[in-house]
Amino acid sequence: MGIQALDITKRFGAFLALDDVTLEVGSGELTALLGPSGGGKSTLLRIIGGLEEADSGRVVIDGVEATGIPAQRRDVGFVFQHYAAFKHLSVYRNVAFGLEIRKRPKAEIQRRVRELLELVHLEQFADRMPAQLSGGQRQRMALARALAVEPKVLLLDEPFGALDAKVRKELRDWLRRLHDEVHVTTVFVTHDQEEALEVADSLVVINHGRIEQVGSPNELYDHPANDFVMGFLGPVTRLGGHLVRPHDIEVLTADSAGAVPASVQRLVRVGYQVRAELRADAAPATAQVAGPGGGQAGAPGAASVGRPAGAEPDAAAADTAVQLTRGQADALELRVGSRVWLRPAQHASVLTAR
Amino acid sequence: MLTSSPPRPAPAPAASRTRPARRRTSGSRWSLRLAAVAYVGVLVALPVGLVLWRTIDQGAAVFLDAITGPEAIAAFRLTAIVAASAVVINTVFGVGAALLLARYRFRGRTLLDLAIDLPISVSPIIVGLALVLAFGWTTGWFGPPLQNAGLQVIFATPGMVLATSFVSLPLVVREVLPVLTETGLEQDQAAQSLGANALQRFRRITLPTIKWALAYGVVLSIARTLGEFGAVRVVSGNVGSQTQTVTLLVDERAEQFEPGAYQLSVVLIAVAALCIVLISIIRPNEKK
Amino acid sequence: MAELSALGSAPPRRRSVRSGQDRLPLGRTSGTGLGLAVLWLSLLVLVPLAAVVSKAAGAGLADFWSAVTTHEALSAIRLTVLAAAAVSLVNAVMGTLIAWVLVRDEFVGKRVLEVLIDLPFALPTIVAGLVLTTLYGPHSPVGVTWYASRPGVLVALLFVTLPFVVRTVEPVLLSLETEAEQAAASLGAGPVRTFVRIVLPAIAPAIASGASLAFGRAMGEYGSVVLISGQLPRTEVASQYIYQQIESGYLPDAAAVATVLLLVSVLVLALLNGLRGWAARRG
Repeated sequence: MGIQALDITKRFGAFLALDDVTLEVGSGELTALLGPSGGGKSTLLRIIGGLEEADSGRVVIDGVEATGIPAQRRDVGFVFQHYAAFKHLSVYRNVAFGLEIRKRPKAEIQRRVRELLELVHLEQFADRMPAQLSGGQRQRMALARALAVEPKVLLLDEPFGALDAKVRKELRDWLRRLHDEVHVTTVFVTHDQEEALEVADSLVVINHGRIEQVGSPNELYDHPANDFVMGFLGPVTRLGGHLVRPHDIEVLTADSAGAVPASVQRLVRVGYQVRAELRADAAPATAQVAGPGGGQAGAPGAASVGRPAGAEPDAAAADTAVQLTRGQADALELRVGSRVWLRPAQHASVLTAR
Repeated sequence: MLTSSPPRPAPAPAASRTRPARRRTSGSRWSLRLAAVAYVGVLVALPVGLVLWRTIDQGAAVFLDAITGPEAIAAFRLTAIVAASAVVINTVFGVGAALLLARYRFRGRTLLDLAIDLPISVSPIIVGLALVLAFGWTTGWFGPPLQNAGLQVIFATPGMVLATSFVSLPLVVREVLPVLTETGLEQDQAAQSLGANALQRFRRITLPTIKWALAYGVVLSIARTLGEFGAVRVVSGNVGSQTQTVTLLVDERAEQFEPGAYQLSVVLIAVAALCIVLISIIRPNEKK
Repeated sequence: MAELSALGSAPPRRRSVRSGQDRLPLGRTSGTGLGLAVLWLSLLVLVPLAAVVSKAAGAGLADFWSAVTTHEALSAIRLTVLAAAAVSLVNAVMGTLIAWVLVRDEFVGKRVLEVLIDLPFALPTIVAGLVLTTLYGPHSPVGVTWYASRPGVLVALLFVTLPFVVRTVEPVLLSLETEAEQAAASLGAGPVRTFVRIVLPAIAPAIASGASLAFGRAMGEYGSVVLISGQLPRTEVASQYIYQQIESGYLPDAAAVATVLLLVSVLVLALLNGLRGWAARRG
């Protein structure tokens, strides 16, 4: 069951926001729509929620045709980036809103709102006005409000986008746990790959109005379908004619089969890790005998480092970024100017550069 | 009166107090202060004060006589009817137009936005002339059909309502629109996804949001409509006790040196002052 | 209001600027609403104004020309434009000064000053005319008689336009960071220099827009001038002239002069819009 969005196309004037997109979300799953801003992911979410109408295509929610049905009759919970708190209503009344609209008996409303406020840990804030809450609390209120009407699906549009880094991380964990408790089919939009990798059961990467790849976080990280997905999910650097993650490069002190000779240009230590920028020798390396592996892959969670070299175009093509632990760097005795050989680690995901 | 922009109310004093004290020689500070106070004093305080004093001087009996005479009573009645109709019309139009401009995209949106401002810069006399040329029985484009239907617009109350609506047209829109634009669509869409239909959303979400801006716009409209003179003078025919509003009566009494002009003016000054007080109460709420 | 806030303070902030998503396409209800709004606006404002222009044009160019170039018409138009220009200038200076005092000074009775500045907005124009005639008219208690004189007209126009510049400049001045001024002072600039070099450029758009609002208002003013001008041809403003023509039944002549005034109003509105855009771009 879940959600099916079939052959969705949407234009804003001359701009093609969604180009014949088909998406299926399994019942009870937590799915992230991931992509750069302007890529169409929010538009797709809003079309599913009925806040935007597709030019063509169909939406089916829990096996019921939803195309053309206005948002107020879709039974969809929607959470907005800027909370969309009803500023003139207390937290309690905000959460009760959907139930009041449905004319539920007062006692039931009271019980249900209490339950939800407990669920989102806002029980002591029931009488506050939204303006008296922090951003994170407001977003939790918005979630409780959306869940109060027991929607068939929960849609979140960049729910943590307006929050600062620390609160964001807290809410992320909390959303994961909440979903494990409530098990409502959930789709959330984000442009933050770390958020998507950490929270979602499955990822949908969207760019330029098209779906680039669908799969579990690990599948996408380890086997990206193309350089866009690879680059979007984590740092990428160039090695020879290939795209590799900086932590998937082995640094060797001796020549070895398939390794590229290079010299260290820059070394930056950031906490427990060391980032090295290396320049490959001008002449392409010839195949030689293989040697033992030296480097180990850095922690995948360190993806927040950014995309040092791979994201940049050909100007820096010769430079390769490598991420090592401090121990590895020390063992290799890396200095600026050191000569080393580079090759992709054994299980590294490697794409041929365009 | 407010032919154009209504009062931007006094800014919150707190805001100005947070400013660090200017380090200027007290001499120049005093002379600036004196210049400002003197200018406003001579231009506004002195003349208004003089009329108040003259009225008090003439005594309570004269005051009561002046404002309870049959012509005065008729004028107050008519003014109330005309102003109330125009305010209601402009409130409905204003909220509707503001909703359209804030939330929807359509061809000619910018044009509509500009057209709403047009009445601000048109002389009230031209407003009157325009209505005469459109709705007068013998002079207007729509004259013959109106005459056939027996519907008199010019030299009658409907014309005065139209004239008053014309001059105060943008006041509500211009207060409500910025609030709606600032608020955006999300609250409305959130309410929609929670199952609220259009009417429920308007009543439960939109109206509470624009409440203070709307109140502000309505007070401005009241002040403006009660005081309209030129446009009403042209379309009313100015027949005593029939199509004479309070402002027209003040003019007649003043030009013919009949008693009552001061007394009626004081009533209007009091209403204006009341409007300013209301505005200063509303304004801080709107900021919230 | 609209102008005041739009020009004076920063342009309205829009939170999300996703292309095409911040406004909805028209639906059935909103479409009907738009139809009604446009119909009402046309019936009330656009068609009647078109009737004025059409009446003026209907008489032919020659008649139009002779209608607006009679001695009285020319004199009224000239007085109106000159007076409006003078009033804008005085307002630009005094309005800025008053705004400065309101924002940067503290003294007992400031609240009273605030109310007095708003009073001309809320006061019926005929009452404004009456109070001014009482003070500066035939039986002036202060011995200043501007009755039936051009200074009298000027004072009436200054009265009704008092709040425009003050209320447009005030919010800008309020939002102005004093740091730049302090920096200028620390670099050795005196108060006058600091004002001219630092403050004035920042508030100039607001002054200009306030002054052009005052200009537009003064161009069309009628009620406050009626009593003090004494209804002499010499002191008659354009609105009064048009009223006389209407009363005498010369509707084409009234329409002709009205069209000239409307034209000036449209120009002012266009200028205002340009300024608004300019201020928004700078702000």
